[in-house]
Amino acid sequence: MWLLKHRGAAAKWTLLLALAGWLAGARAASPASAPADLAVRKTLIRAILSEGPERQKYISELADSESKLARDVLAAWTQDEILLYPAPDGAVVPVLLEDQQDADGRARAIRVEDGTFLKDGKGAEMRFASGDLNSVDTDMRLRSTVQQAIDSLTLADPDPDARRSAVVKLGNSQKPKYIPVLEARLARETNGEVHKALEESIALLQLGDPDPATQIAASERLAQLKALGSIDVLKRLEASARDPRVAAAAGGAIKSINAHITAVNFFGTIFRGLSLGSILLVVALGLAITFGLMGIINMAHGEMIAVGAYTCYVVQNIFGSGFGFHVTLPFSFGGRLISFGLNLPGLNATGWLYQSYFLIALPLSFLTAAAAGLVVERAVIQFLYRRPLESLLATWGVSLIMQQLFRMFFGANNVQVDSPTWLLGHFTVDDVSFGYNRLFVISLAVVIVFGTWLLLTKTPLGLLIRAVMQNRDMASCMGVRTERVNMMTFAFGSGLAGLAGAFLSQIGNVGPSLGQSYIVDSFMTVVVGGVGSIVGTVCSAVGIGTSDQVLQQLLGSPVMGKIIVLAVIILFLQWKPGGLFSTRNRSLD
Amino acid sequence: MPEPISKDTIVIRRGLLRRSFPAQLEMALVVAAAVILIVVLPSLNAFTAEGSFLHVSDYTINLYGKYLCYAILAISVDLLWGYTGLLSLGQCLFFSLGGYALGMYLMLMIGKLGQYHSDLPDFMVFLGYPALPSHWVPFRNFWFAAAAVMWVPAVVSLVFGFLAFRSRIRGVYFAILTQALTYAASLMFFRNDFTFGGNNGLTDFKFIVGFDLRRPETQRALYLCTSVLLFATYGLCKWLTTTKFGKVQRAVRDSENRVLFSGYATAHFKLFVFVLCAIIAGVAGALYVPQVGGINPSEMTPDKSLEAVVWVAVGGRGTLIGPILGAIGVNALKSWATRAYPDLWLIILGALFIFVVLFLPGGIVSLPGRIAARLRRKPLPAPDPPPSPAATPVKTGAPASPPP
Repeated sequence: MWLLKHRGAAAKWTLLLALAGWLAGARAASPASAPADLAVRKTLIRAILSEGPERQKYISELADSESKLARDVLAAWTQDEILLYPAPDGAVVPVLLEDQQDADGRARAIRVEDGTFLKDGKGAEMRFASGDLNSVDTDMRLRSTVQQAIDSLTLADPDPDARRSAVVKLGNSQKPKYIPVLEARLARETNGEVHKALEESIALLQLGDPDPATQIAASERLAQLKALGSIDVLKRLEASARDPRVAAAAGGAIKSINAHITAVNFFGTIFRGLSLGSILLVVALGLAITFGLMGIINMAHGEMIAVGAYTCYVVQNIFGSGFGFHVTLPFSFGGRLISFGLNLPGLNATGWLYQSYFLIALPLSFLTAAAAGLVVERAVIQFLYRRPLESLLATWGVSLIMQQLFRMFFGANNVQVDSPTWLLGHFTVDDVSFGYNRLFVISLAVVIVFGTWLLLTKTPLGLLIRAVMQNRDMASCMGVRTERVNMMTFAFGSGLAGLAGAFLSQIGNVGPSLGQSYIVDSFMTVVVGGVGSIVGTVCSAVGIGTSDQVLQQLLGSPVMGKIIVLAVIILFLQWKPGGLFSTRNRSLD
Repeated sequence: MPEPISKDTIVIRRGLLRRSFPAQLEMALVVAAAVILIVVLPSLNAFTAEGSFLHVSDYTINLYGKYLCYAILAISVDLLWGYTGLLSLGQCLFFSLGGYALGMYLMLMIGKLGQYHSDLPDFMVFLGYPALPSHWVPFRNFWFAAAAVMWVPAVVSLVFGFLAFRSRIRGVYFAILTQALTYAASLMFFRNDFTFGGNNGLTDFKFIVGFDLRRPETQRALYLCTSVLLFATYGLCKWLTTTKFGKVQRAVRDSENRVLFSGYATAHFKLFVFVLCAIIAGVAGALYVPQVGGINPSEMTPDKSLEAVVWVAVGGRGTLIGPILGAIGVNALKSWATRAYPDLWLIILGALFIFVVLFLPGGIVSLPGRIAARLRRKPLPAPDPPPSPAATPVKTGAPASPPP
């Protein structure tokens, strides 16, 4: 992250690094391009030292060179930063001054010719203040020629993203003079995205053409391209056009682009809804097992989510610089404050090893949360299988204690869990962007649901779980060790919550009350889906997640969406009190 | 999956029949408490000199006023949970609705004394309201506000209760739904454009029916109202639970289906109790607001409702004196612990709750009975701690219940 910022802020610094290539550690100028660089440098010197049509010729030669070095030096030229050093032997040496100045405001000079520092006869580096040397003389015409060369050089940047942003910048400049440059590039461009951006920018510039026919054609072209960025310009054109046909064409283009925007937003919302739904699904699946199958209302389920998320945090720190905590209890024992702490040394991993921490953290978050669930089951819940209402109250107590423990161990503030780089980024299909982290969450949720289904229906443990849930006493009579099955089931449900926490750590911040924001939603998910039904939970989680996002989009506020979803759920239960897929049985209390 | 409600209630019934206070003892305690809370405390505050040994400070009066409001709320929770078997996690919503209704009146009584010296309440000036929203206008009238304290919670509970009981939502589902209701409401009240002050809620009150709220006399009068109302509520609920209605109410708790099959429309009974409890909670909230000096949406989060349930559980549900003891006791503990051990308070509360649920299902009020039984060396039928299912299998279906 900081690297990116750094690069933007110190463009000039990188230029100097490039010029002083081997001096500064050969970071920017790779050895492979050295001969090409040398040729470019030679042309640059010629352009700087020549005059008139010859200079134009060299500059247009540079414009075609596709060299970053040429672009940077030309940019320095337009800023009057190319200075001329009259050497003692009568030759004129073009130089650039280094950024770093000494105490007297003097800086070393870098020769454009080969990137070395300028030295006097005895081999000592020479230093100049900015006023010591004359800059290369320029005039308006030369500046515009150089600027054009810079533009076409920018358009030739080897990085497609940089090319694209340069194209968009030119397109938004509203200066028709760029059309030839863009068209020249269009003929050579191979990257699809940049190609599209070029077409868009050309059409955008053509909107400013005095000829109505060109304007109409450009409007139609923009509509065809579904150019999202052109809508403001089109609106202005529609309002100001003298020719009604132009206004009509612009209006038509706006309409079709707007329709496209609506579609893009809609699919984007559906995608976000699906990813939210899949987190809800993993949370609710754990709850569906503890609540739906076991009849235990686990209010501490949200804290199991936080356990999973904090596990990611700890694992990340162990891969990084280490993890430690120190807790002092607020009362003394025998005159001394009780305090304890732990320091885990970090692996100080970097690169791919650090990036892979999440793969270790995922199973660990499941295991930690499952272990926490096991402790809670043994300590509290095993006494409450016959008293569901009281399990709600006791586990709320557990949840309070756990929240406070999080505060004591990890601090009351949110902690930051970095996403591994392979989860950052996104790809775009027809302007709808799909984030990798959300895709990852969705696909893993599918795997988890499938795994849970397999576990419950195809394994001996699943058979035992279902038997105990259907009739605990009868299962016990048949020799099933119900206590053990209860333990395993509860731990499994809690572990799923931990996994959900690991996902959440990738999407938002991790804090002591992380679980609280999901607990009501996930209870509703289970109730709507039908208690005891995995299929129902899946349907309602996806449904609630998606409708939550869609309503947020429609109403423009996250809270109103939530409120409406809750209201709809209450009304829905009027119609189907047992939920979507209610399990039928004949028993009655 | 069989509904395990009946097994749940066995414990309560045992608690009721065998562990509750003897009636005379309870009566004596209540009368003594009434004398102390209504007569002695305020007199000691008003008529003794400051610094004297007997003096009760204004702060204490104010603190107890708050506790007694909580006690009224706790009675409403208990009437629902302990007597009717409806665990409502939305009781604090009705408490806050009552509080907001009176708070609106108090806000309008500030007049031009607010920070912005405008007729509009401060937050409205701050948020750029052009004029008072029309639903605020009638709250200039005290009697309208006082009526709203009751009818607003009543209407909300009536609509929600009608929908919930009609579709036979009960047990844990009712708890979850009421939790969702209060959660949704708190989200709504947190919004600035909901015209109730958003995050900060209503605060900075100055006057109530012409009296200055910052004067100790006004606070003492409010305290007196609260304590009188507490005992009035206690009396009302005591009377209600001894009538035939009360019997049906408890029957609904113990086995709703049997009551239904006997020809009672249980939904109507439940709806009546639900609305009644909402009104009680609303009035408690209205008395709470001027004494605490403000109301904000965090008062209606599900956590607060659960805290009220803790008071009842600790005090002893299914009795009317239990919730009062629990509310005062737990809050006094909270006042002490949040000062002495601010970091540990939540852990203390959680542990207390787990302890009570696991080992003392009858609450504090069951302690004398237990100790007496221990002294007489007669083991209780329900061993202590409550049995794990494997140790003493509970019969499925409710055992024949002796007439209450």
